[in-house]
Amino acid sequence: MATKAAGRPNQLFRNLNAKIASIPMIFTALVVFVGGTTWTIVYSFTNSKLLPRLRFVGLDQYERLWSTPKWLVSIENLLIYGILSLVFSVIIGFILAALLDQKIRFENTFRTIILYPFALSFIVTGLVWQWMLNPDFGVQQVVRNLGWESFTFNPLYDQRIVIYGILIAGLWQGTGLVMCLMLAGLRGIDEDIWKAARIDGIPMWKTYLFIVIPMMRPVFITTLVIIASGIVRLYDLVVAQTSGGPGIASEVPAKYVYDSMFLAQNLGQGFAASTMMLLTVAIVVVPWAYLEFGGRAKRG
Amino acid sequence: MKSLKAFLACGTLLAFANVAQAAQCEVTHWWTSGGEAAAVAEFAKAFESKTNHKWLDGAIAGGGGTARPVFISRITGGDPMCATQFNHGRQAEELVEAGLMRDFTELAAKENWAEIVRPRSLLDGCTVDGKVYCVPINIHSWQWLWLSHKAFEDAGVPVPKTWDEFVAAAPALEKAGKIPLAMGGQPWQTSGAFNVLIPAIAGKDIYLKVYQDKDAEVAAGPEMAKVFQAADAARKMAAKSNVQDWNQATNLVITGQAGGQIMGDWAQGEFQVAGQVAGKDYSCLPGLGVNELISVGGDAFYFPVSKDPEVTAAQDALASVMLAPDTQVNFNLKKGSVPVRGDVDLNAANDCMKKGLEILAKGNTVPDPPRLNTEDTNTQLNDLFVEFFKTPSMTPEEAQKRYAEIIASAD
Repeated sequence: MATKAAGRPNQLFRNLNAKIASIPMIFTALVVFVGGTTWTIVYSFTNSKLLPRLRFVGLDQYERLWSTPKWLVSIENLLIYGILSLVFSVIIGFILAALLDQKIRFENTFRTIILYPFALSFIVTGLVWQWMLNPDFGVQQVVRNLGWESFTFNPLYDQRIVIYGILIAGLWQGTGLVMCLMLAGLRGIDEDIWKAARIDGIPMWKTYLFIVIPMMRPVFITTLVIIASGIVRLYDLVVAQTSGGPGIASEVPAKYVYDSMFLAQNLGQGFAASTMMLLTVAIVVVPWAYLEFGGRAKRG
Repeated sequence: MKSLKAFLACGTLLAFANVAQAAQCEVTHWWTSGGEAAAVAEFAKAFESKTNHKWLDGAIAGGGGTARPVFISRITGGDPMCATQFNHGRQAEELVEAGLMRDFTELAAKENWAEIVRPRSLLDGCTVDGKVYCVPINIHSWQWLWLSHKAFEDAGVPVPKTWDEFVAAAPALEKAGKIPLAMGGQPWQTSGAFNVLIPAIAGKDIYLKVYQDKDAEVAAGPEMAKVFQAADAARKMAAKSNVQDWNQATNLVITGQAGGQIMGDWAQGEFQVAGQVAGKDYSCLPGLGVNELISVGGDAFYFPVSKDPEVTAAQDALASVMLAPDTQVNFNLKKGSVPVRGDVDLNAANDCMKKGLEILAKGNTVPDPPRLNTEDTNTQLNDLFVEFFKTPSMTPEEAQKRYAEIIASAD
């Protein structure tokens, strides 16, 4: 009160405690995120090998990157995996949640079973599915033992479809979480809306599609962000299931970065690849963030 | 500065020798298959019985490709181990240049490594600017074709003596339900097999022109085209091979499910663990039976600079133990490799190893790709050949074009 009487307080010292408390976080964000990113981008223009050194070579690393078949295959795989895993995990997750939401018995049990794979790491998931999809021990052999001798299902050993073999494992692991998020969203819908829809005689699927889903917009956005970040850093699943094989058919960008930085002892190339990954993410996220948060000031 | 450090290190060594301080020495390596593990246990045994230091085993499974990045990040990240394996040559080049590895010139002079290590080129691989930075411990060569007698008996054809006979026998093997050529899915195995085909099919000169002189014209030329045709035949023979690790592939040969495998002499350790006898259960053809020539490469131990004088003392002790005559014999017999000392007794060596020793004595050797190429180039070659072997639609001409590009851009 005394300061108020003395006139306008210095803006810098308002809420001083909160500002001091947030210094570590601001510091971390600046040094670790912004600093690290800048460092990586700067060194991607050098010919650093095993150890970073500032010998600039212009765009050489990027030229080599975009003329390397392994990188092009990686990008293509990430696109296929990304789009399909986004679409399928949201659709399957929502359907499972809607089914669980029908006031069924043993809901807890089902929820636990479906969420359980999420408790496993990608490495374990990858190894489990590597065995499941192995033509000599897994699904293929089981079906053949049942009498269907010509049955063939070995995605991990077929270059054309290997990425779908990885997708199966990814969906198995990730759908449970999406279901839980969706279920939470569904439970957040007011019971009265359902009653009103029922009185108006609107069929259940229409209620879901045109009333409930639009109301669940924030849940969908959260889900999209979580799934999307998981897609870009896809690495361990591939390593555990195929280590990029057969040939280079299941390579992904994160693996390309790791391989060039540590295996090939070519930091410059790895930095160039990770800068491209950052750029890709920025192209997707910046316009979305602008629409989502930038417009709010005007609305509010 | 470096000599001062070495001087201080020696001083501390002397000071501690009497007090008999024991240090834990963590040794990292990628030897995890049956034969390899048995061999490395010999080192541990010798180290612990001859010195009072403790051997702390840091094995990393998954081969050099998985292990090397771990070693390098630990060394550059400031958490160095006591000793670590690398293939000698250019893999640790930059670590040495950055001053992260210990200089062993004095110990080398004291124990006269320059005289006992043979061939000389092995120690050269450890030497940077006249200083010795690693301890070569074995000689490995890639140029071997391992053949399963059982597989050929089952197929009703005689065991081949050359690569061409082997290719000719492939249809018979396939008819008998065998995989003609076992080949693991890891990238280094496919490019390794290709590098074996070069001297066997095109000869030593072409090999050296491509890898030593980095002559892209030769790499795109007609001699190399023949090698790519041979690689095309090899990938067709290996099409049904569904294993990943090299020792799983070797196991296919041991059990007679596959006719043969192109793999370095470390495969011999696996045959030995399985109780097989060379010449009776399996045959080995150096240089694929065409051109009896082996590449000289192998493993070496590097010792990262440590601030702890106890660890430094342990490093010196370990380096001596590794080169001691009896350790060399025990280790290499288990590993299937040839000792780096010429003055040891190798009566216990088996047929295959003796063949290798003979070729070595004649001097029919070429340097190993890891000594000629940077890891960057090797990784590019690995990527190319694993794609070539697993993509039937990729033509040999297309692969050769990309191969020549890699050689042209190599440094």
